[in-house]
Amino acid sequence: MNKILIGLLLGALLGAIDGGTAWFTPAVRAQIVGIIIGSTVKGLIAGVAAGIFARKVNSVPLGILFGLAVGALLAFLVAYMQHGYYLEIMLPGSIVGMIVGFATQRYGASAATTPATR
Amino acid sequence: MKSLSDKAIERLRAGADEPDLAGTRYHLLERVARGGMGVVYSAEDEKLERRVALKVLDVPGTDNDLANRLMREARVLARLEHPGIVPVHDVGTLADGRVFYTMKFVEGQRLDNFIEAVESVQDRLRLFLRICEAVAFAHARGVLHRDLKPANIMVGPFGEVLVMDWGLAKILHAEAASADCASDPQATILEKPKRQDDASDSTKSSVITGHGTVMGTPGYMSPEQARGEIGALDTRSDIFSLGALLRFILTQKAPSGIAPRLDRSLEAICAKATAEQRDSRYATVQDLGQDVSRYLDGLAVGAHRESIFEKTARFYRRYRFFILLILAYLAMRVILLLVLKR
Repeated sequence: MNKILIGLLLGALLGAIDGGTAWFTPAVRAQIVGIIIGSTVKGLIAGVAAGIFARKVNSVPLGILFGLAVGALLAFLVAYMQHGYYLEIMLPGSIVGMIVGFATQRYGASAATTPATR
Repeated sequence: MKSLSDKAIERLRAGADEPDLAGTRYHLLERVARGGMGVVYSAEDEKLERRVALKVLDVPGTDNDLANRLMREARVLARLEHPGIVPVHDVGTLADGRVFYTMKFVEGQRLDNFIEAVESVQDRLRLFLRICEAVAFAHARGVLHRDLKPANIMVGPFGEVLVMDWGLAKILHAEAASADCASDPQATILEKPKRQDDASDSTKSSVITGHGTVMGTPGYMSPEQARGEIGALDTRSDIFSLGALLRFILTQKAPSGIAPRLDRSLEAICAKATAEQRDSRYATVQDLGQDVSRYLDGLAVGAHRESIFEKTARFYRRYRFFILLILAYLAMRVILLLVLKR
């Protein structure tokens, strides 16, 4: 499995879980489906970005930092559009970014290998 | 009159046994081991200025049959150009008429000594796969090894694995055999250990049962080989030996002093490879290697039908990292929810 695919799958999965936890906030429970979809897309974008970064830069700390920055930025945009819930959206979103940043650095093939020629 | 000590007699005997390399480009260094039908020495190639291993019939004036067989072994090896098979450099005849051949001098450890330093099952299995690759290559060239055992596998200083001692090799396909090989239809190497120490360890020594009978090593040779059914031998006979080799590799103690636990899938692979009936074994070495590779990749192996619990455990082992990450995230999320609710 390559790094981008790992980032994509893990980001989408964690994003979906992240969105699902909105159910515990009664004020937004009615929009749960939209939140889950949005959060999944957000995780997916962060995961792909972290995967691309991991293919170019081989460093766990930088990968985590990059994931954190992308996760925080995307979460900020969502919170900004919501006009609130900054902490509730940005904190988990940033952590999702950190996790995919770490995972894409540690696991997955960095680039397709060229088959040997005779 | 003073009598010679046992040590002195032993030294004289060893000196007398040493081959006379006068007239060759080689300079004898030391005795290394005893192979299928001769002794292996390390020697210096004076022209190329490199160390080589020189295998020579151990007794001068032996019959043509043995000389032909050693020559045949060299030709079999020359046919098998593979990184996992020791390459032959040269063949020739000494002044005393003994046939010899030289090959790459492998500086490494025998598998039975090396394996104790390998801690993880995964590393042991990867090593086994490299042995499989060499044997599969030989099979593809129509050659059976017939004496695969830990003592015949060398592991070099860079982790390279070499299958040694093709003295018992059998050429399977008539089309693969060269003219002189065809004159040896049984393609069987017969040779008796000359010294007590050479035959002291029965588990490591090849067994001789008489002329025209296939030899091998107890515990590693297939039942049909042990019964002397020369005509019945095919690649599945080597697969039996590989299965026994795999069991050996997996059950040898690690540096920690603990033998790795053989799980059911690996046990099933060993059992299938060493099945009494050859039809029940893997059909090819590639099939055996593929099952081992599947195990390494965390996939189900063909030799074992898993229960639902085993499937779950394998799934967990394969994706443990991701499962733990997700669980850690969930734990963190619960903590966050509790903190934010206050």
